[in-house]
Amino acid sequence: MLKVLKSGFYTTIQDNGRFGFRNKGVPISGAMDIVSVSRLNTLLENDKNAAVLEITMTGPTLLFENNTYIALAGAWLSPTLNNEPIDNYKVYKVAKGDILSYGRLEKGFRSYLAVKDGFNSPSVLGSHSQYFPLTETKCISDFDELDFNECDFFKPKISELKMDTYLDFNVLEVHKGPEFEMLNDNQLRKLFSEDFTVSKENNRMAYQLKETIKGHSYSLLTSATQPGTVQLTPAGKLIVLMKDGQTTGGYPRILQLTNEAINVLAQKKEGDKLTLKLV
Amino acid sequence: MKSYPITLKAFGEKAILIEWPTMVEEGILFDIIRFKSVLETELDDYYELIPAYNSITIITNTDKANLKRLKESLQDLYENKRTLVKAKRTLWKLPVCYDSEFGIDLDEVASSLKISNSELIAKHSSNEYTVYGIGFLPGFMYLGGLPTNMETSRRETPRLKVAKGAVGLAGKQTGIYPQESPGGWNIIGNCPIPIFNTKATDPCFVNVGDKIKFESISRAEYELHKIEGEVGIYKPEKISLDA
Repeated sequence: MLKVLKSGFYTTIQDNGRFGFRNKGVPISGAMDIVSVSRLNTLLENDKNAAVLEITMTGPTLLFENNTYIALAGAWLSPTLNNEPIDNYKVYKVAKGDILSYGRLEKGFRSYLAVKDGFNSPSVLGSHSQYFPLTETKCISDFDELDFNECDFFKPKISELKMDTYLDFNVLEVHKGPEFEMLNDNQLRKLFSEDFTVSKENNRMAYQLKETIKGHSYSLLTSATQPGTVQLTPAGKLIVLMKDGQTTGGYPRILQLTNEAINVLAQKKEGDKLTLKLV
Repeated sequence: MKSYPITLKAFGEKAILIEWPTMVEEGILFDIIRFKSVLETELDDYYELIPAYNSITIITNTDKANLKRLKESLQDLYENKRTLVKAKRTLWKLPVCYDSEFGIDLDEVASSLKISNSELIAKHSSNEYTVYGIGFLPGFMYLGGLPTNMETSRRETPRLKVAKGAVGLAGKQTGIYPQESPGGWNIIGNCPIPIFNTKATDPCFVNVGDKIKFESISRAEYELHKIEGEVGIYKPEKISLDA
């Protein structure tokens, strides 16, 4: 068991996501920054879809009640194991009684913790990802106990990966969305020449951008949306849907983030600057 | 069989959007459902198909899929395979209790429509509604077919909490809140059976293209169906429709 002494700002259990029910209105959920998670599961030689903890902005304090191996990735939250600093993308052995805690957020926004073989949280419609009310809770709370299989010995094939720099990227690469053609020259110029700022309305459902472009009166019949879909509201606000985002929408879908750009945006917080680049 | 001009658009790296003419029309919806069943046989499990009003979005979950080749084959599939299938559709009869305890806006809606509460209930429960889409929340149905003389405006201030199962009216739409959530619709009743159930193999028995009829039930029947729904023994009455 992993005992949650303090839960942090917003900590959830995530895997790759819940697929196959979008026609019934179920968002795919899953880790916001899927690259971090797939690296962690590779390092620990876990199942590709093993469940990890997604830690947002402020880290939790966690007590290990069994032996296992862990690895961290994503945002840099100054983690320590029994008060000794540890690194991202490196496998550590932890023993019963060890405490993992986090400090200052230095870079990025979402950090990931994986344990050997993943967390054994209940699977709902094929996924461990927390999404309320499909799962009983929306996030981890103080004093929760998270189950995992004890592991006394594991010799990783790769014990460390090089950190990479996508946490510093501030360009979001985008494709044209289905309603791209509705945009006029004025809107296009603004979209691709100006900086945008992440507003305080940012979460696992969607990221709103602070700056607006010219509005519109284009009407769209409700149609499918995806994580990474950039919607333009009639007032000219840009909303980027993310992993818990609704599966259909009525606002024009002017852009679609590349798969990589979704990971880049997942590491941004309020006030961060971004530019959009058409690929 | 009538053919519609369809448009194919790339929608990011993982999806293709197929669009029919921009109209809310049953003929278009049924054509979409027919083509969806063609795609279900032609495509494997790597793909999800999301139909709504005038579109089907095909989304893949793996890197294995060749979307470019698929896109090239769609027009031909549409023209040649669609005529061979029947779109299976179902009319669902869903119980609704219009008791004033649940229908908290019944009085206000009836008076704004200048009819009595019982006339409003009779009208709402005599009509058949078509499911044009499922989205917004898990199991939330976009229903079309509300008579124009039953259109109301949304509440000026949305409620922070609308009960699970609440049946509402807003603009040209009526529908059921599948879970407790904030909402601005006028609430006229409550459906006791769960529309979305994570324990079922198919968590939502309704499909896009189906029809819904509401059946007015008493308070006592409501309590009974609620318990039946909770323990999973309530089976909503259904009638098969072929199109």
